[in-house]
Amino acid sequence: MSIELKNVSKRFVDNVVLDGVNFEVKVGETVALLGPSGTGKSVLLKHIIGLIKPDSGEVWVDGLQVPLLGRKELSKLRSRIGYVFQNGALFDSMDVFENIRLGITDEALYADKDYCIQRVKECLRLVNLNEDVGRKYPSELSGGMRKRVGISRAIAGKPTYLLYDEPTSGLDPVNADVIDSLVERLQQEIGVTSVVVTHDVRGAFRVADRIALLSKAKVRAVGTAEEIIASKDPIVQQFLERDLEMAVIQAGQLTFETPARRRSGGYDITGAR
Amino acid sequence: MRALTAALDLRRYVGRWSLRSASHAGRFWFMLVDLARGLAEWRVWFPRAIDQTYALGYGSLFIVTLVAGFAGAVTSLQAGYQFTGQLPLYVAGGIISESMILELGPVLTGLILAGRIGARYAAELGSMRVTEQIDALESLGRSPVTHLLLPRILAGIVAIPVLVMLANGFGILVGYITAQSSLGLSYADFEFGARYFFRPLDLYYSIVKSFAFATAVTVIPCYIGFNTQQGAEGVGRSTTQAVVAASVTVLMLDTILTKLILGTAQ
Repeated sequence: MSIELKNVSKRFVDNVVLDGVNFEVKVGETVALLGPSGTGKSVLLKHIIGLIKPDSGEVWVDGLQVPLLGRKELSKLRSRIGYVFQNGALFDSMDVFENIRLGITDEALYADKDYCIQRVKECLRLVNLNEDVGRKYPSELSGGMRKRVGISRAIAGKPTYLLYDEPTSGLDPVNADVIDSLVERLQQEIGVTSVVVTHDVRGAFRVADRIALLSKAKVRAVGTAEEIIASKDPIVQQFLERDLEMAVIQAGQLTFETPARRRSGGYDITGAR
Repeated sequence: MRALTAALDLRRYVGRWSLRSASHAGRFWFMLVDLARGLAEWRVWFPRAIDQTYALGYGSLFIVTLVAGFAGAVTSLQAGYQFTGQLPLYVAGGIISESMILELGPVLTGLILAGRIGARYAAELGSMRVTEQIDALESLGRSPVTHLLLPRILAGIVAIPVLVMLANGFGILVGYITAQSSLGLSYADFEFGARYFFRPLDLYYSIVKSFAFATAVTVIPCYIGFNTQQGAEGVGRSTTQAVVAASVTVLMLDTILTKLILGTAQ
């Protein structure tokens, strides 16, 4: 049982988003889908869960061709997939408890209030959130907390697959690290097959077994972190260099020759001497 | 050359318009099918429909009765202005009650709710669409039609006819009070006039119109809001389109139903 996209193409009016994309995720594996913004990473992810249908090509999940599934079969398949949305996509009319409870996709368990209370508490604990957060509304949460509640909702139904859409975008490096370690820990603790869409190279190298780089509507390179780093493809190298440079800057390891530094004799970007 | 370009542009425009219309027709049809299918999942929509009915019915009560009251008062004053000295006073009773039941009660309520409910539904669903909340529901294997659309539409179909009947009654009451104070119309004369001109068909016509308007002011904004695209600007556009489309549909249905029900009864 795995995820496989065969020759998938998708265009929105005149904009070709995916052009004959082939992509595979094996059971228990975590694959990071890297690429600059607007290259169709999220669109590819939405094909896996059937939110978008391809213009041509095949999308296979768990041995099922997703675009050909009927309403009930698709709903059944989706109950085995957890999807973490870019901005959380929490239901703002419901509190956090109800949001996570909706993630319990088994109707019998969803109707069992005691089970739901226990499961929601468990999911909150898994993402390092306090039980009290359950009573809050999404508007009362910070960006990082919203992302973590989104992850809680995605794992509440005990899925076989987890799809993360930019789990660290818009977060500061500290919170991004928290989310990355969370993705890593969930992978180890619940052993799901995961696809992580991101443009953060550092995070991708940390959480993924394999990395796929999407550029100009095509998968440009696939492989382990070492294979990607060793790639001679200029587009891959350009993307890695740009992002790793950012990572170094964020880590405060790169010093700049700024006017202030010239005057005082040595401030780096973090302001530390 | 210019004529050729114009002809090609026109062809392109017609082509795009036809494609867009066909796409809307298809999506609207699928939404109706999903709504019909969703009726079986009553455990999902029933509790939500109760909340929506309360919000819609109780929340609109003030504005609906206010508008109906003013409509009744104005009808009464105009009846006095047009007919005093020329027709017996009891005729005013007939004019006020018939105007409210046949036209002002259902149509004004329909138009007010097209604005109030139409804007609310389109903005709510549009925001949910652009913030991926609808996609999130789908990704959890839950039907957004059953969770979001069906409760809203059923709430409208239950609450709006009740609001129309209340508007009819309140409009007639205010019309009578106004006629009594400005024309000196007694209750006996008012009642006689109202009964003299009333036919059971009038009430049936009013109820049929209220159900038709309820469907229009809920289904159209729900469809438009549900299919919102392009962020905050899209939500604004959907809200405007929903109010305009629902209002125009109310007026069109008013004409069609009048021809169908009253036109054949003469």
